[in-house]
Amino acid sequence: MAEYLAKGETPELLFWVGCAGSFDDRAKKITRSIVKILNHANVKFAVLGTEESCTGDPAKRAGNEFLFQMQAMGNITILNGYEVKKIITGCPHCYNTLKNEYPALGGNYEVIHHTEFIQQLISNGLIKIEGGSFKGKKVTFHDPCYLGRANDVYEAPRQILIDLDSQLVEMQRNRADGLCCGAGGAQMFKEAEKGNKEVNVERTEQALATNPNIIAVGCPFCNTMITDGVKHFNKEESVKVLDVAELIAQNL
Amino acid sequence: MISILIFIIFFTGGAVWFTINCRKVRRNILIGKDIDRKDNSSQRWKLMALVAMGQKKMFERPIPALLHLFLYVAFIITQIELIEIVADGVSGSHRMFASSLGGFYTFIISFIEILSILAFIGTIAFLSRRNLLKVPRLVKSELNGWPKLDANFILLGEITLICFIFMMNGADEVLYRNGWSHVSESQGSFGFAISAHLGPMIFGGMSESALHVIERIGWWGHVTMVLAFLNYLPYSKHFHILLAFPNVYFSNLLAKGKFTNLDSVTNEVKLMFDPSAVVPPSDGTPMRFGAKDVMDLTWKQLLDSYTCTECGRCTSSCPANITGKVLSPRKIMMDTRDRLVEVGKNMDVNNGTFKDDGKSLLNDYITPEELWACNTCNACVQECPVNIDPLSIIIEMRRFMVMEQSSAPAELNSMFNNIENNGAPWQFSQADRLKWAE
Ligand code: SF4
Ligand code: SF4
Repeated sequence: MAEYLAKGETPELLFWVGCAGSFDDRAKKITRSIVKILNHANVKFAVLGTEESCTGDPAKRAGNEFLFQMQAMGNITILNGYEVKKIITGCPHCYNTLKNEYPALGGNYEVIHHTEFIQQLISNGLIKIEGGSFKGKKVTFHDPCYLGRANDVYEAPRQILIDLDSQLVEMQRNRADGLCCGAGGAQMFKEAEKGNKEVNVERTEQALATNPNIIAVGCPFCNTMITDGVKHFNKEESVKVLDVAELIAQNL
Repeated sequence: MISILIFIIFFTGGAVWFTINCRKVRRNILIGKDIDRKDNSSQRWKLMALVAMGQKKMFERPIPALLHLFLYVAFIITQIELIEIVADGVSGSHRMFASSLGGFYTFIISFIEILSILAFIGTIAFLSRRNLLKVPRLVKSELNGWPKLDANFILLGEITLICFIFMMNGADEVLYRNGWSHVSESQGSFGFAISAHLGPMIFGGMSESALHVIERIGWWGHVTMVLAFLNYLPYSKHFHILLAFPNVYFSNLLAKGKFTNLDSVTNEVKLMFDPSAVVPPSDGTPMRFGAKDVMDLTWKQLLDSYTCTECGRCTSSCPANITGKVLSPRKIMMDTRDRLVEVGKNMDVNNGTFKDDGKSLLNDYITPEELWACNTCNACVQECPVNIDPLSIIIEMRRFMVMEQSSAPAELNSMFNNIENNGAPWQFSQADRLKWAE
């Protein structure tokens, strides 16, 4: 972003990479896929780079409103400084926080999740899917809570899977009835309370019941959780866990 | 004459007692903090029509929804008959509207009778789902004791009420057939859909006096059950039949992912960023961040607790609960209500003000273990047929634990530290944020 500013330009879009997308090795691949798609469609975009900081989502869900607002105000100062208007995120948690919780603190942006954005690119003909390596493959989509129930986005990621000519199969609990992967509410950062099962194992079991070749996700945290779940069932050879962005990026 | 007097005293007494209890509930709910839910009234009315009246969310589980619909419609339609019962009760007449309404009367009562039979079937099915089939969400541990009894009471009461209706109509039918009815001197039939057949089958051949007694037992039984029901409501999960409507009307209309902003925190954070910032002065009362007890919640959250029907749809879809954690969103609502009732009783004996009883919703009712098990996934909010929001209570209580008690689990504290120091929940340096691009 700073580079654009130096040139006196403002890019149309800011890509909010997010903490997982910046630091988690698995999620970095998703980040690169999103970038590949944006470049392919000639979308002019910028990232904040080292000026980006956690949106504060995990702090807010854990009840630390102070820390959340500190993070939010810091980020808003930077975003407003660059006069950012439109943000694409690679993570439903960043998406939800930026879109719903920043306005009350003075951060008003048009925020869009990467699956929505990619779907728009496809329907506007700005990217063409070639290769068709997922044609006929059985794909099931796991709804991230903070994209689905939290923000009622259910169809964009599914439409992409249909555009890929894959065979979309639904889990019994899907869309508004989808089951959490187990990461939300800051659970990602702590051991689960005592129980008789891990949530990610439960959800992965439901996904595997559809006999998929691929479990598609739209959130780096879901990705980690479901990947671990697939490993739990020793299915990592036959079932791949991939972000919707990766599916597209592999077919450009 | 004496029966008119008894009826009037009985009925007014029941109505007054109910009003007193409702006002208590209202007072209890209003100890909650204010929250604005008056905007967008047209959208709210629509939502109420769809979700409360139209039972929209119920039909995501079609079988119980259909059974419930029988009871629901029967309940509403039976109130029409109640108009006549009251009219007869205060005037001493018998089936006041029968002659003036004619065929329409037969139609209405027949309709009520058919619905009563459906409601009867529904009630039996509900009783067996709870007690024989033991549907998992209806036998969870938080229902042990009173809640289970409460549910069965209501269902048995329902059956009793239906029996009274058929005693009344059935005996009256036989009376009419024998020319003993108060409705008409001649012999005839009311022609009601069910009791015209059921009546003679059960009561045929009985003496005139026995029939009159049975008919009166049915009539008085009906009135008694209705008043008993009404006055039982404020003590029971059955209160939902009334509160569901306002509760849905005052629903959260915003995105479920949007958690409330704590303005008190905003002011402090603003001052930290800019010491000269102008923030609205506080009103002097010491503020509490988050919720420790029911008075820290909003009136809507308290209304939620009174509205909860304890159906367990929330709990049966909760990821934490189905994987064996102690968290149950239904229990969150039940605990909130129980504590609120306790606080209300405390206010009753202390001239309307609450005297500290050394207890609180946190710890004495809801444990930190429950609260920390939540995934904030909104499944409970989505599932609730009357738009209750257990998650918002969980979050308020987490806020209290974190900001007032600093009692978050150690791993979360290190996550907080990481965000504060590195701008990420993990121990990575902010300077490495662009490494993915290498
Ligand atoms: S938000 Fe929390 S309580 Fe509600 S269903 Fe999800 S995990 Fe359970
Ligand atoms: S909160 Fe809603 S879904 Fe849960 S038990 Fe109460 S009424 Fe049922």
